[in-house]
Amino acid sequence: MAKIFVIAEHRDGKLKKTTFELLGASAAAGNETHAVLLGEGVAELAKELAHYGAQKVHLAENAGLKFYSAEAYCNVIAPLVAAQKPDVILGSHSPTGRDFMPRLAARLNVGLASDCTQLAFDGAKIKVRRPVYSGKATVEVEFLGSGPQMATIRPNALGVPKPDTSKAAETMACAADVGAVKSKVLEVVKGSSARPDVTEASIVVSGGRAMKSAENFKILEEMADVLGAAVGASRAAVDAGFRPHRDQVGQTGKVVAPALYIACGISGAIQHLAGMRTSKCIVAVNTDPEAPIYQIADYGVVGDLFAVVPVLKDEFKKIKEH
Amino acid sequence: MNIYVCLKQTPDTETKIKLAADSNGIDTAGIKWIVSPYDELAIEEALRLKEKNAGSTVTAISAGPARVVEAIRTALAMGADNGIHVEIPETADSNLTAKAIAGALKKEAKVDILFTGKEAIDDGAAQVSQLVAEYMGFPYVTSLVGAEYSATAVKAKREIEGGAFEMIEIQLPALFAAQKGLNEPRYASLPNIMKAKKKEVKPLKLADVGCSDADQKIRFKNFQLPPPKQAGKKVAGDAAAQAKELVRLLHEEAKVI
Repeated sequence: MAKIFVIAEHRDGKLKKTTFELLGASAAAGNETHAVLLGEGVAELAKELAHYGAQKVHLAENAGLKFYSAEAYCNVIAPLVAAQKPDVILGSHSPTGRDFMPRLAARLNVGLASDCTQLAFDGAKIKVRRPVYSGKATVEVEFLGSGPQMATIRPNALGVPKPDTSKAAETMACAADVGAVKSKVLEVVKGSSARPDVTEASIVVSGGRAMKSAENFKILEEMADVLGAAVGASRAAVDAGFRPHRDQVGQTGKVVAPALYIACGISGAIQHLAGMRTSKCIVAVNTDPEAPIYQIADYGVVGDLFAVVPVLKDEFKKIKEH
Repeated sequence: MNIYVCLKQTPDTETKIKLAADSNGIDTAGIKWIVSPYDELAIEEALRLKEKNAGSTVTAISAGPARVVEAIRTALAMGADNGIHVEIPETADSNLTAKAIAGALKKEAKVDILFTGKEAIDDGAAQVSQLVAEYMGFPYVTSLVGAEYSATAVKAKREIEGGAFEMIEIQLPALFAAQKGLNEPRYASLPNIMKAKKKEVKPLKLADVGCSDADQKIRFKNFQLPPPKQAGKKVAGDAAAQAKELVRLLHEEAKVI
């Protein structure tokens, strides 16, 4: 059994699914599971952290934590770690976790295994594997030296556990001295899309060069909305100007691991496969039965995506309403 | 301004990865090495800042084995003025790499601004930028997609999840890690490639930058290739029949819907 710190993430007053994944994995292995919750007016979120496995919640509230700040996070968390001496510190490999966890590791003079896709507990230690070369290979990470082991875990890699609403956690207020910060978030500008982010979604619908135009992505968006899915794109589609770069899935874009990945009109360049091969279930829709995407697809639909996608959307709608 | 850009040499994105015989690394034979694509954005941003601020210099720095000098030469051919190479082992982790870079930067007269790529496409750790900043005592912005520079501060736009952005005010000196969308990197012209050969690349060793093996905090071992996947099922019939059968399989067999 180990003493585990999970750094909680939230946005717009809601906890992130990735935080539940980490708490669930730690608690399921019988660890002493602590959540660390930073923000302003976020005390209420402690209850939900308990439902997913936190036994204790270290709460730091301060107006200086209204917006996320790597400097403020490190200034608050480093002294807490020194006092509490956890064996392991876990965060999400999200735009927040990947931003501050390296700085925290340097502050604590320990190593960080980032973007891990496998996590196991062994006594007071963790064992992690992570992809390298965007998933063309994986490696085991060996921690050298002493001090807490730190890891960031790829969203969707562990799965969200079922919450137990009968569970409660002890909330402990901790010092929230954010210190002198040299960078400050002035505001968060919202995206125009109501769809989930490609890296966070449980289902991703992606289009490639065969979509032929930006307008044609509308049929993928409609199908995505039936599924509550995110819309992604191959590099070819992004380079052709069909989608913004932030939607690109692949080695020079986002790396995703959803439960279901539906690739439409994507041939399966090595660049793209690297970004989505850890998806649990892969569907390919392509006219070319020899396309490399079929080598990793669990299910293939050989056919014209413009004929298949609209009827597929209707079938999904039927089963969702069922 | 004294502008610095950190870069890493990585295998080309089309590289087929083969494992080394002992499974503790990859077989590097025949690999085509490139400047990690996000680092090209960092070089471009550094050059544009220099062009707007007369009298500025851009120094390209890389830590790695001897071959990474080629990557520094690429930056010099794009327009950087000089380079620094810190020789560290092929197996160095993010921490040792960052300490070596910070150690080299601390030997420089003054560092006003540092650019990096948001991650390298080999280990994809996305750590060195933040670690270098911490060791330099700098604030940073990762996933930078836009910036307005002044002499003492920068208004920066950082990409976060869901198509949203953080608008950040950050004091200089600081580090910025470039994300795609920030700019379009230029190509090196032939005359500049020739000129780059004459530019100085300062060689440094680990001991010169105050680092040792103890600065290595993690090690990658037991490399594995992804398990080969079994051939998938292809659904038959016309579009309507295919769609129906696919949804049934996703619901009943894969249980993902």
